[in-house]
Amino acid sequence: MCSILFRETPEAGPVLTAEDPPCYRDLYLDQVVDAAMAGKKEYDLRPFFGTLLRDPDDVLYRQEVFRDLEAPFLFTSVKSFEGKMRSMRQRRAFAEKLDYRYEKKRWLLEAIDAYCAGASGLARDLGRAETHSRGFSAFRDHLDTYVQSEGFRIMQADARKLREDLAGIRVTLLIDGPRVKVRRYNGENDHVSEVERTFAKFRHDAQKSYLVEFQTWGNLNHVDAMVLECVARLFPEIFSRLDDFCDRNSGFTDPTIVTFDREVQFYVSYLELLSLLRREGLPFCYPRVSPTGREISSRQGFDLALARKMVIENAPVVPNDFFLRGDDRVIVVTGPNQGGKTTFARTFGQLHILAALGCPVPGEEAQLLLVDRVHAHFGKEEQIAELRGKLEDDLVRIHDILGQATSRSIVIMNEIFTSTTIQDALFLSRSIVEKALERDALVVLVTFLNELATMNRHTVSMVAAVDAHNPLVRTFKVVRGPADGLAYALTLAARHRLSYQDITERVRT
Amino acid sequence: MNVFLMYKDRDFDVQAPLPWNAKELGQDLELQTLLGAMSGDDKLVLEVCRRALLISETDVQAIVYRQRVLDDCLRHPQVIRELYGLGHEAIERRRKCSYGIFGRYPSAILSGAIELLQVFSDLLRRLRGIAERNGATFTSEGFTSLFATLKRELSDEYLALVAAQISELRLRSGALVSERLGDGNKAVDQVLRRPKKRSGLLTRLREGPQPSFSFRIADRDEGGARALGEMRDRGINPVANALAQSADHIVSFFAMLRVELAFYIGCLNLHEKFSGKGLPVCFPDPVEADKRTHVFTGLYDACLALTLEGGVVGNNGQADGKDLFIITGANQGGKSTFLRSIGLAQLMTQCGMYVAAERFRANICHGVFTHYRREEDASMKSGKFDEELSRMSVIVDHISRSSLVLFNESFSATNEREGSEIARQIVAALLDRGIKVLFVTHMYELAHGFHDHGAAGAIFLRAERQSDGTRTFKLTEGEPLPTSFGRDLYERIFEVAQEAR
Repeated sequence: MCSILFRETPEAGPVLTAEDPPCYRDLYLDQVVDAAMAGKKEYDLRPFFGTLLRDPDDVLYRQEVFRDLEAPFLFTSVKSFEGKMRSMRQRRAFAEKLDYRYEKKRWLLEAIDAYCAGASGLARDLGRAETHSRGFSAFRDHLDTYVQSEGFRIMQADARKLREDLAGIRVTLLIDGPRVKVRRYNGENDHVSEVERTFAKFRHDAQKSYLVEFQTWGNLNHVDAMVLECVARLFPEIFSRLDDFCDRNSGFTDPTIVTFDREVQFYVSYLELLSLLRREGLPFCYPRVSPTGREISSRQGFDLALARKMVIENAPVVPNDFFLRGDDRVIVVTGPNQGGKTTFARTFGQLHILAALGCPVPGEEAQLLLVDRVHAHFGKEEQIAELRGKLEDDLVRIHDILGQATSRSIVIMNEIFTSTTIQDALFLSRSIVEKALERDALVVLVTFLNELATMNRHTVSMVAAVDAHNPLVRTFKVVRGPADGLAYALTLAARHRLSYQDITERVRT
Repeated sequence: MNVFLMYKDRDFDVQAPLPWNAKELGQDLELQTLLGAMSGDDKLVLEVCRRALLISETDVQAIVYRQRVLDDCLRHPQVIRELYGLGHEAIERRRKCSYGIFGRYPSAILSGAIELLQVFSDLLRRLRGIAERNGATFTSEGFTSLFATLKRELSDEYLALVAAQISELRLRSGALVSERLGDGNKAVDQVLRRPKKRSGLLTRLREGPQPSFSFRIADRDEGGARALGEMRDRGINPVANALAQSADHIVSFFAMLRVELAFYIGCLNLHEKFSGKGLPVCFPDPVEADKRTHVFTGLYDACLALTLEGGVVGNNGQADGKDLFIITGANQGGKSTFLRSIGLAQLMTQCGMYVAAERFRANICHGVFTHYRREEDASMKSGKFDEELSRMSVIVDHISRSSLVLFNESFSATNEREGSEIARQIVAALLDRGIKVLFVTHMYELAHGFHDHGAAGAIFLRAERQSDGTRTFKLTEGEPLPTSFGRDLYERIFEVAQEAR
């Protein structure tokens, strides 16, 4: 059986994680996954979004499928297939619950009709679409064989004819007290046009509607069923054909098609998430990934979760660049509060996770490590109380992280040790970075301790930049540069006329 | 069928957005007083008159059209009030009819609509009667055309047709409903049908027997009866909707009649108040917007006149070709009153009303704007000036050629030199853009500056003071004097205090 998500699937199916990895919450990837899955609960996509790929070729396999689906024609086809399959499931489930025979059979007919339309429509579109992925190529071969089989073709033709004949039926009911007489319709006129003509002279502009909304779905009541039995007797040939059709086609779906329907939603849901952002001009790219590489770079990357929020609020999204080369292992991010430091750290983590899912990532270009895990430890600035307990918890947690880290891991630490003395914090941070370097993991360290930025030859210093003309304006840009919080403080002071010169002028001797 | 008493070719829009500065205009010109006198307790009259006053017409023909209709109204107030009452009755009947509120069952909607249409048939007949009795004595284009329409459209023949249709829809011999099979073979597209007249023997022989199958709901089957009722209702649904909408169309005609008459009712009410006080009013003479003229005799503040027991002082003016009025002079000397009388007369002119004057002629303005000094926030001096400037800035956002701006002690929340300079630049820029400006000010530098270097387009008015210090509340033309008369006010108040002691 072929899979659109996995290059090779073991007999028992792929090994998937049931829950999101722990770092998703800190990286806001839980929001991204939730947004992607919104309205798609029935597909149970969470395991797909939670399971990182190990082999670069697996990543490539998904990137190929993504690229194929970027073509609007194929994407629209798959969406249309999705809609048909969903109606099929709804109708089939509905039919199973019903009692009146011709109601039940009509719903089964509709379910089969939707299924046939979905399968044959997708087969036709795949024949026209230009695809290059191994995934779509294998699935197309299967689908073609299936829709050309005799069984499928007869089922589809019978369904079509039956639906036409049923739609052509028209009857009149003479309702007089408790009595109902059912006949074939014989061209009787309606009242509405006459009424409208009479009062047209008063017609002015759009008016309130007095049409009562009747439930148009739902099952028949026993009076409906009695009418329907009369109708079946007025048109006996059509209804006996319906009986026969349902007997012959009870188990009508193909398992490979059903699996495709679920798995392709991984791609569809992610691309739908991106389309909102792309419309605002935000770029996405297919990263090159390597399980060993230490040459890492991203151009114009951004935090996907934040970008979604900003686009909805119509606020600008600030992208950032980063790169690591040679001995670079540790990015130390410093700068003013609310300056984009944490967002930068999230972006770094997000890009790597998304790449390991085989997804396109935010930015114009990216070369990334194919990670086994991203370990995130985000301190909470508010929790200054409980110094001892908090510090202890932090250290236990970090110890666990470092115990699991490998040369394919990324460790992100955000404002940790805020609850201890600066000397302690410096010492602890340095020690932890040393440990991480021993394991050859990549580290992103967000901190207010400028000293950490020049710890050793593996550290890269990046700072959250401020506007040179107005220090109150946050640019949310994080750039390579020396850690120097003072530049910000001095300009802010000047603005309040508290610089050295200001104060000497204002204070009179 | 159209009413068209407010415009020659369209309805009055009660939903039309008010100008952005409606609140300021209302406050600065004290429109509440005027509107209160026009409307009494009638909220509709209040709402319509407020809109008519605030949404100024800028077309001379449109203004004259309303003046003529109003003239008919002033000559036949009883007929106008009767027509207004008829509109009111129709609305009340509709309001009391339950189907608008409990409209969940088409059969209930259908019978409700039938009852309502019978009532409306009677009201329409009475409406035609009024048109027939008064057609000859009304002369305005608006009324002539309305009465002609009523006579033509509401003939006896037409009303008989309505009665016949209503009768058929009572469905005395059962409901014939057609349907198709929809999802799950559930019946859809139910439509009430008119049964065919019984066909002749030959047709029946040719067509052969029509098979039919029948059933009957058991007597105790309440669920079945309900289901059958719903089937019938689904069939009735479209025609019940059509009939109820038809009733609504008639209601909306009466509603429009009432809305458009509401304005004239307001004018009638106000006119009675002025007549009662013996105050003169006149139809103004509106002039195209690209001209510059303000000529008036006995112009007084309508709002002040309504609240005062005694008479009011009217002002005369002759300002052809002028686009700047600088008004200076004594405190409590009638400057603000004059400014308001100009603003009110402008709004009243541009909604087609009479004005509070013996004679009034003015060019039409594209928007009236007021910029008054606000008394609130007196503690924050710097903030206040900032607030004045920001309000001015908003006005500038909205203003255009041929607008009218009324300044009252503006930009005085700073020192006079700064205030004058800022005001001078603003006013000069406005004049340059073809905007008419009236400026009440204490700032001598401002007033004097325009006097000495002013263009020919400026006119200077001064609040008068007799040699003994008493005020006449009359403005006369004259150059600004270097001081105001605050001292008078001060002395009078303090003398009163001393006497009391």
